[in-house]
Amino acid sequence: MAKQYTEGLISGLKKHLSDKEEQDDSCQKLPLELLGGEPNACYDPVERIKNGFIRFKTCKFDKYPEYFQELAEGQHPKFLVFACSDSRVSPSHVLDFQPGEAFMVRNIANLVPHFDQLRYSGVGATIEYAVSNLKVENILVIGHSRCGGIERLMSFPENGSAPYDFIDEWMKIALPAKLKVKAEHNCLSLEEQIPLCEREAVNLSLVNLLTYPYVQKAVANKTLALRGGYYDFVKGKFELWQLSPEVTPVIII
Amino acid sequence: MAILAPTSLSKHPLSSSSTLSQLTTPTIFGSKLKLRETEQTRFSLSTSFKYIFFLLDFSKAYCFLVRSNPGFRLMASKEPVGMTTKLGSDKIETEVGVENGCDLFDEMKHRFLSFKKQKFMENLEHYQNLSNGQAPKFMVIACADSRVCPSNILGFQPGEAFIVRNVANMVPPCESGPSETNAALEFAVNSLQVENILVIGHSRCGGIRALMSMEAEADSSFIQNWVVVGKNARLNTKSAAHNLSFEHQCRHCEKESVNCSLLNLLTYPWIEEKVKKGTLSLHGGYYDFIDCTLEKWTLDYEGSNLKESDKFAVRNQSFWC
Repeated sequence: MAKQYTEGLISGLKKHLSDKEEQDDSCQKLPLELLGGEPNACYDPVERIKNGFIRFKTCKFDKYPEYFQELAEGQHPKFLVFACSDSRVSPSHVLDFQPGEAFMVRNIANLVPHFDQLRYSGVGATIEYAVSNLKVENILVIGHSRCGGIERLMSFPENGSAPYDFIDEWMKIALPAKLKVKAEHNCLSLEEQIPLCEREAVNLSLVNLLTYPYVQKAVANKTLALRGGYYDFVKGKFELWQLSPEVTPVIII
Repeated sequence: MAILAPTSLSKHPLSSSSTLSQLTTPTIFGSKLKLRETEQTRFSLSTSFKYIFFLLDFSKAYCFLVRSNPGFRLMASKEPVGMTTKLGSDKIETEVGVENGCDLFDEMKHRFLSFKKQKFMENLEHYQNLSNGQAPKFMVIACADSRVCPSNILGFQPGEAFIVRNVANMVPPCESGPSETNAALEFAVNSLQVENILVIGHSRCGGIRALMSMEAEADSSFIQNWVVVGKNARLNTKSAAHNLSFEHQCRHCEKESVNCSLLNLLTYPWIEEKVKKGTLSLHGGYYDFIDCTLEKWTLDYEGSNLKESDKFAVRNQSFWC
């Protein structure tokens, strides 16, 4: 009941936001103008946070009190989203996710490691919470162009640089994607291989999701869909695809 | 490759109707994805994938349907999995959240195109500059909770903030070893050279609740394995607020956990060095979505005596409502 009410509110909110944006000048003001005021002015991080928060409060929170009150009681997002920490690719901008819509994980190169309760408890905790507790219906893993993590993976250690303690260890998760791209496209330059690896890493993450028992179960029950995405901010494009695994019947041998 | 107008697929994106049979495998991925067995897989399955592509360009949507590999291999499972349902190969299967399946693709397409039209194209020069490199001034560590996205509540625009989101916005200490959070820290601080790190907690945090509810450190869930990073916050809370209700203790712990994360940030030598030099500032924040208020404070490194105490001094403490 609460969930349906929330869904109704979310769609109502989206409609209002799209209607109201034309009417309200202050909320419609180009966001870039709010960045630290004058272009050459000294950047005050505290002022930046304060202005951003006040804008959110006046343009959204105070205008839709019922919606936010309902949301405060509980969240019922339909999505679990994995996106890169890159400052340019927030799904709240690119796909306009509103408060309450998406439980969102952001890490380097939007990776999902395979099930390992000791080593990767952070990511595992988000999947466990989203799938078992929140019962999200979709998991979306979004890769992107010019990903620093993937670039690092593809060029290290061949480029002879010193290792990064934590980054290189984390990026090892995507090693199968690198090996696949290098094997299948060894005639391509590194620059051409990197975008392929960015997409392969998304596919690898989708496959890794299936190593989590609650994800397997929900996919088999058709209560959960797995989707991959790729945001190309150089060309201004977005790709979206779905993973539909086939599970054969159990044969007892 | 055959290109179809969106309307032919808008009714059902998984349609395998004959009009689509002429489409060929897109070359973007090269060969089809095959399943790799990993050490931890509980079961073996052979997978054939259907790709529904929406390649969204400025004014058109191109839809590609790849027919899945009709053959599949049967592999013996290591454990009984109880999955006896065979998902569709050629047939359309109705999936959940996918009564919204067709709507979902349409919805995402619409949202992306709106973003592209209203923001990307309107500020093309800015986005072109951004595509050449990012130089965010902030790194933000926030909870994965759907209600607290920093892009929404703090209005961070593309290019402004390198964002990490995990359960209960926690930062593990350096000695806990590699994790996704400290990999992101390493990148943001050493490579991007951000000037500010903001750790922002929030009200009614499920992760903190799980931390406060834990019976013992021996556990069996991912969530517990992760939130135990905040065990000092729990100890401090139990000691300072033991006479309060559980709800109030959770609230106290939500803020205490932010402070513990700030202290954990200083366990990374390359972070402490920059904070000491004054090239990096550490901020804590707390967003209360019940009343819509934001508290913010900055760690005062010079004013703190961290060798002798776990407490640190703060400055620029603010409360906005």
